[in-house]
Amino acid sequence: MEPSDGTYVARARTGDSDAFRLLVERHSRSIFRLAYRMTGNEQDAEDVVQESLLRAFKQLGGFDHRASFGTWLYRIATNCSLDLVRARKRRGENLAPASDARGETEDAVLALPASGPTPERAALSGEVAEHVSAAMNELSATERTAFVLRHFEGMRMEEVSRVLDCQPGAAKHSVFRAVQKLRRALEPLVSAAR
Amino acid sequence: MNHLSEEQLILHYYGEEPDAPGAEMHLDECAACRELYGSLQRVLNVVDTLPVPERSPGYGAEVWRRIEHRLPARRWFRLPAPWRWAAAALALASLLLVAFLAGRFYPQPRGSGAMASAADPQLREGVLLVAVGDYLERSQTVLIELANASSDGPLDISSEQQRAAGLITENRLYRQTAAHTGDAAMAGVLEELERVLVDIAHEPSSMPAADVENLRDRLRGEGILFQIRVLGANVKNRKEPAGLVGQPGGHKL
Repeated sequence: MEPSDGTYVARARTGDSDAFRLLVERHSRSIFRLAYRMTGNEQDAEDVVQESLLRAFKQLGGFDHRASFGTWLYRIATNCSLDLVRARKRRGENLAPASDARGETEDAVLALPASGPTPERAALSGEVAEHVSAAMNELSATERTAFVLRHFEGMRMEEVSRVLDCQPGAAKHSVFRAVQKLRRALEPLVSAAR
Repeated sequence: MNHLSEEQLILHYYGEEPDAPGAEMHLDECAACRELYGSLQRVLNVVDTLPVPERSPGYGAEVWRRIEHRLPARRWFRLPAPWRWAAAALALASLLLVAFLAGRFYPQPRGSGAMASAADPQLREGVLLVAVGDYLERSQTVLIELANASSDGPLDISSEQQRAAGLITENRLYRQTAAHTGDAAMAGVLEELERVLVDIAHEPSSMPAADVENLRDRLRGEGILFQIRVLGANVKNRKEPAGLVGQPGGHKL
């Protein structure tokens, strides 16, 4: 059985860089997925992955095991992504649409079972991915984060609140607002495709 | 009939609605809520199709290669907290010592004012005295704690040991400086103190009662605590660059 994160963390805290390497190897892909969904841009996601792991390494002495290492790392990655998204919004930049992966969208939609609901099948056009990206970009940084953690990462509201360092009620409302905005933005598209 | 709110439908979608069977029953009976829920499902299912570029299983190793050289040195994490303080104190003491020695041995430019040449050694000595005074106080605290410790059974001296071990290196620096500057009396006291500290650091961390008693006798018998007190007091009160340290016959630093 593979040693737990806690074992590696304890070793990394004593200066064992091999232990930290194993943590990096274990968590990089999930951090990338999270960062990509948060930022909507591949290069930004790469930057977030590296920055998060460097921050984690520097703050390892302060990790107190109250949360799992994974949750703690997610919190760091979320903060890095939030910093980046907020900075972009301040500069008035739009997040890049996921056009670089449009082909994969089509594949993903094509792979839906034939018995699935019809709107998904209508998502055969790459335009849908752009619409979804645009709708996601309309969310505030906090809404986007809460939504990504709940919807894509499958975290429960309680866990989302821990990562966002807020009350569970506040996390829940961020998710509600995000879903409501997405629904308003995408409902016409989905209805038209029925 | 009370309809389900959008918030309740969202929680139901994510499986976090507290009354899930109730919500399910309502959706079976209420066409309006069913329609709203269907719309929500369709939208969120479409959001699900947002692609994420795939990363290979070797991605983690790739990331490691990119960040490895950017990781700061972590030598502090190798040390338990009390040792970190000891190391910090040692670093500070070393800095003061280097400053002192540099000032003491660096050739003075010819023709510098008489006042300056008189003030510099005084300043240097003052800096060292502050460091030594602080060091002696910390050493004294460790020894007093051990001398006054009472226990019927074995005594846990691990905390005192850690502090003693931290003080040893510092002691060496001051002793060597004192010897180097011809202060034989101070070097002698520090040498004795060092021997005691080394012995404490090498004792088992759980000390049998009899050994504790022996240590107490030794501290009393050798009078090391008294000597430290005298030296400390004199270092503290010393104002003159060539003043006495308080030992019989007096000595210069």
